Amino acid sequence: MATAESAIVDIRGLRKRFGPNEVLKGIDLSVRSGEVIAIIGKSGSGKSTLLRCINGLEVFDAGSLSVGGQALVHGDKAAMRGLRQRVGMIFQGFNLFPHLSVGRNIMLAPTLVKARDRAAATAQARALLARVGLAEKFDAHPDQLSGGQQQRVAIARALAMEPAVLLCDEITSALDPELVGEVLRVVETLALEGMTLLMVTHEMGFARKVSDRLVFMHAGRIHEMGPPEQIFGAPQTVELKQFLSSIHD
Amino acid sequence: MVEFSLWDIVRNLLLAGRWTVVLSLIAFSGGAVVAAALLLARLARLPGADTVVGLYVQLFQGTPLLMQLFLAYFGLALFGMNVSAWVAASVALTLYTSAFLTEIWRGCVNAVPRGQWEASAALAMNLGEQLRHVIAPQALRVAVAPTVGFLVQVVKATALASVIGFVELTKAGTMISNATFRPFAVYACLALMYFGLCYPISAWSRSLERKLSGHR
Amino acid sequence: MIAFDFPAVLAEWPLLARGLGATVALTAVSAPIGVGVGVACAWARLHGPRGLRTAVGIYVELIRNTPFIVQLFFLFFGLPGLGVKLAPEVASLLAMTVNLGAYAAEIVRAGVAATPRGQIEAAHSLALNEWQTYTRVVLPPALKRVWPALVSQIIIVMLGSAVCGQISTPELSYAANLIQSRNFRAFEAFLIAAGIYLLACVALRRLLNWIGPRFIFGR
Repeated sequence: MATAESAIVDIRGLRKRFGPNEVLKGIDLSVRSGEVIAIIGKSGSGKSTLLRCINGLEVFDAGSLSVGGQALVHGDKAAMRGLRQRVGMIFQGFNLFPHLSVGRNIMLAPTLVKARDRAAATAQARALLARVGLAEKFDAHPDQLSGGQQQRVAIARALAMEPAVLLCDEITSALDPELVGEVLRVVETLALEGMTLLMVTHEMGFARKVSDRLVFMHAGRIHEMGPPEQIFGAPQTVELKQFLSSIHD
Repeated sequence: MVEFSLWDIVRNLLLAGRWTVVLSLIAFSGGAVVAAALLLARLARLPGADTVVGLYVQLFQGTPLLMQLFLAYFGLALFGMNVSAWVAASVALTLYTSAFLTEIWRGCVNAVPRGQWEASAALAMNLGEQLRHVIAPQALRVAVAPTVGFLVQVVKATALASVIGFVELTKAGTMISNATFRPFAVYACLALMYFGLCYPISAWSRSLERKLSGHR
Repeated sequence: MIAFDFPAVLAEWPLLARGLGATVALTAVSAPIGVGVGVACAWARLHGPRGLRTAVGIYVELIRNTPFIVQLFFLFFGLPGLGVKLAPEVASLLAMTVNLGAYAAEIVRAGVAATPRGQIEAAHSLALNEWQTYTRVVLPPALKRVWPALVSQIIIVMLGSAVCGQISTPELSYAANLIQSRNFRAFEAFLIAAGIYLLACVALRRLLNWIGPRFIFGR
């Protein structure tokens, strides 16, 4: 178990409600640097909300959250800007910028936020595109790419900021089945290279293969947590057993 | 009795038409500047901006333009200013235009998917960078057609300035009609001149709409 | 310091009330007829013979690209040149109806054009004729779809009716003008009139949004 000092993401007692609905009922989670965590559970269990709290897209109501030793303070714009340079996010809907080319999509944030000069940003963008297997698509536009290709560009765009942690919010759920593999392969490479990953996913086979730890969420709480062999092989609680049986078709 | 030819009528109307064009351009450009400022205030979430701008829009959209023109004319005079029809008409039409344009543009910004805001925020961009590089380019594309379409409304609105004595197309038409005793011909020409000004703009707005929505 | 004298204007409330009444009456008559014209034009554009379609197209474009005040002046000042003299109230009503009709034609046409193909196919397979299909199957959902736009347009026409005071129709802006010509309180008179128009807008919107689901297109 990671101690507070060595944890790159440290969550204590996190609570979040939407109106009368308490979606996160006190989350405690410590993530070590380089760890790959898969978050699974039924829809409505709070998985995406938890992820979105970590980079400040959702404002939590109680508890504490720190990344790289620095606590998340919502009102502090400079602190949030710093946080989002350390934490990257890939979305289910890709959210590429449609009016920019693939290359410009990747270069935009580094040039604006990190004040990288154009030549360096271009070189970095090309390198990242090669890394995700899309070197030839630098000048293409998002609407010319398939879903799987767009998602890989989204990954390259997030990597351009050189984050310490990558949040993946159901990044293959909106893809046609035959396009899922190409995206998962990229993520697996990132995991092997030592990136700290927090993924909300329904891809159980992938989660089993790649993650160090699985977190099963149920009704706003972490219900069970452990290495893949334990979660899949020896589920302890009724809810986890029910969930696992429901997803095997 | 002097006989006035159709050409006499048309020629005089055309001369007055200049002022319709000038007033339209003043109102449209001034209104655009104010509308942009109001929208930015709303987007930057300045305290109270949302409520104030909302009320401003409701005021101008919920009262007759004629009343707004009278209020500008008599109201500005109250403050001791020497109010000409030019000043009153320009002020009233500029504010009127700004209220409608800011609502149109707000709708266009809202049309940009939320995911664009989230992705740019996740990349550590601040509001200014988000607006300039991600949101505005997309909102602008949607905004062109209705903005050009509203220009037609502005041209038509200038006709009301005649009521406070501003000499543009409609006022000229009334004066020419009284002078020539050919009201049918005069008002028919008047209508056709406005049509000649407005129809091309309307058609352009429609073609812009087709081009920019079929594009992607 | 500027001295306002609102009581002087408010004392003339009977005049204002009569003016408001006339404005409401003008709107109440022109709105249903105008929408009716719009519905008929929408049908003509979608199902009518070519000549009718062109005529409607010209009507719509002519009205939408000319100012209301010019349309009003044409009817009131221009027609007498051909020997047709209209009373101010009649000219106002006609102008408002014709104006609303053109805008309603476009609005309703857009609503009708958005009817899913399957609805019409189902109506035809149930042996409904064209008229029945249009009035019972196509029109109610179409009107529901475009109701907000239609309501907004009716409100625009009501606000536009302020111009009718210029041809001596005794509506609200005419009343305000009359008051200020007597007591010289122009700013106060027009401000109060503007306020009354604003309240009338709010009330009219509520009324129309209440009427729509109940009497026009069903919930």
